Amino acid sequence: MASVADEQRIFVASQWQLMWWRFRKHRVAVASAIVVVGFYLAVLGADFLAYSDPNTSEAQRSLMPPQPIHWFDEGRFRPHVYGLKGARDPQSFKRVYRPDPEQKIPIRFFAEGFEYRFLGVIPMTRHLIGVEPGLDAAKTIFLLGTDVQGRDLWSRLMFGTRISLTIGLLGVTMSLVLGVVLGGFSGFYGGIADTVIQRVIEILRSIPTIPLWMGLAAALPRDWTVLQVYFAITIIISLLGWTELARVVRGRFLALREEDFVVSARLVGCSQMRTIFVHMVPSFMSHIIAATTLALPAMIISETALSFLGLGLRPPAISWGVLLQQAQNVQTVAISPWLMLPAVPVIVAVMAFNFLGDGLRDAADPYGR
Amino acid sequence: MLAYIGRRAVLAIFTVWAISVLAFAIIQLPPGDYVTSYIAQMASMGSVVTDEEAQSLRIQYGLGQPIYVQYFKWVKLIAWGNFGMSMEWRRPVTEVIGERLWLTIVVSVAALILTWALALPIGIYSAVRQYSVGDYLATFVGFIGLAVPNFLLALVILYLGFVLFNAHIGGLFSPELQDAPWSLARVWDLLKHLPIPALILGLAGTAQQIRIMRANLLDELGKPYVVTARSKGLAEARVIVKYPVRVALNPFASTIGYTLPYIVSGSIIVSLVLGLPTVGPLLLKALIAQDMFLAGTIVLLLGVMTVIGTLVSDILLVWIDPRIRLEDT
Repeated sequence: MASVADEQRIFVASQWQLMWWRFRKHRVAVASAIVVVGFYLAVLGADFLAYSDPNTSEAQRSLMPPQPIHWFDEGRFRPHVYGLKGARDPQSFKRVYRPDPEQKIPIRFFAEGFEYRFLGVIPMTRHLIGVEPGLDAAKTIFLLGTDVQGRDLWSRLMFGTRISLTIGLLGVTMSLVLGVVLGGFSGFYGGIADTVIQRVIEILRSIPTIPLWMGLAAALPRDWTVLQVYFAITIIISLLGWTELARVVRGRFLALREEDFVVSARLVGCSQMRTIFVHMVPSFMSHIIAATTLALPAMIISETALSFLGLGLRPPAISWGVLLQQAQNVQTVAISPWLMLPAVPVIVAVMAFNFLGDGLRDAADPYGR
Repeated sequence: MLAYIGRRAVLAIFTVWAISVLAFAIIQLPPGDYVTSYIAQMASMGSVVTDEEAQSLRIQYGLGQPIYVQYFKWVKLIAWGNFGMSMEWRRPVTEVIGERLWLTIVVSVAALILTWALALPIGIYSAVRQYSVGDYLATFVGFIGLAVPNFLLALVILYLGFVLFNAHIGGLFSPELQDAPWSLARVWDLLKHLPIPALILGLAGTAQQIRIMRANLLDELGKPYVVTARSKGLAEARVIVKYPVRVALNPFASTIGYTLPYIVSGSIIVSLVLGLPTVGPLLLKALIAQDMFLAGTIVLLLGVMTVIGTLVSDILLVWIDPRIRLEDT
């Protein structure tokens, strides 16, 4: 039972406030929001969280297993990892590594490491963690192990997160522009324009996308720079991703066109632009935000899939898909299962965006049930 | 009803046209033209293409003429069943693709059938026993299915099979029947290998369909006609299956049009991971080797196949749903 005071609070609350209250009730969505924020913080601070240069390879350190952190040493807080002892397997002659509990490598916080520019501007050499400088080269730390070329997986994962998540964000922004313009046009004017755009959407939705993407991505010139490929892939992904957004925008326009406040805006002589952008768009902004969030996972998966096939981003660029390329071979993965770890952030990010989008969609219409 | 199917058919024709333009664009995208690279390819093999041969190929493909003329010449050739030559295999594209296209269809249709066979009962159960343990379990598995890209799922299953059972899961045939001619034994072998790829391909679709079915049925379950049926004394199972499920089935059936392109898309990349002899691995190889007629043809055939599948599902939908039939009369 809501008390009178509570009810009055609801009566005077602004729309955004109502949405916030509604959103807060969706626990999973709130948790997902925190996860998403965490991901984007990692995007910003990727070089701070990484502790070794993601592209430095070292044949001697190929496929070393992860070294888990031990937080306490003889009852005192002294985080360390065990050193790894390399040996030849007598049967397969492969190099195998075993943790050596005798050898404790202490972890230092805010340790010195490779140089970078924090947020792209501030020159820094400090990293979140690291091992004591000056120790001999064998005493290093690989939280998630190393890949075939002996590069640290954790550091590469941090940089991969940066590229995979920004490509998703950029792609969705481009889709959003296309979706809002075409969907808005379709919904506001109706008639022939609406029919044509709707049919185009139907056609696009009935074409299998991956073969098309593969074809387009494979046509990118081989000598393009990493940055050029990055933008080209973003454009390819967004070209087919705008249809759902256009559908949502069109639906809102159709619903609002006959609303009293829109009709009165038109009657008092507002220009068309003013009617759309001052009166209509703010009232379905929340719906657009929700639809955009729900479109992001598809973008992330598309990029990962393309790069996994070797048609998307190419090394030296690092993305989740590029990292997963190393896990293509079952035999390799069976010996070094940690190569599959880059799948974890993909799954977590996709789930988080889905739940967050669900919560936002419910909250976008706070007057419902 | 005829008007509806007619409208659908017209849209399908437009879609095929759009796909053909895109496939043609893919063929045209790499630098250089087909005949020049064909001559270079032949020269590297040590055989010489005479000037007359080159000239007749140029005329056949309309090279040097405006792009739309080239497009029409290409369409004309396809209409005669000439899809061009594969550079890499030096054989007609149709021969290279061969039975791989049919196997792609078999895998996709199996995934689609499995999607329905799983989603329907689970969706009904989830709605009827809302908030039960089973419902939560279905929701949870559903979310996993939606969140895990199917090629990752394929990787994980391959890995687990390798580590736990020391077996190589994958492929569509046992090694000894790989290249054997078709026989009952080979069909049986195919059926035995089919469930795992079909499950991997269908899981995301299944998850989505379960959610749709559950939501639709929940909307229907509270309606007065259900109460009426129950108060007449019908058995509960009969009440559910006879009335609300039939109503809830309609939006469920109409999503097949979006599920099929998704499955076909997924089959490409899952085939690569699982090593299935579908057109997927062929497409990737063709694209990397810039064997453009092969790549373009595969894109075209996959698209056309999807459109036909969607059209069939639309017609089925009309048959299931009398409301669509009545709409136009």
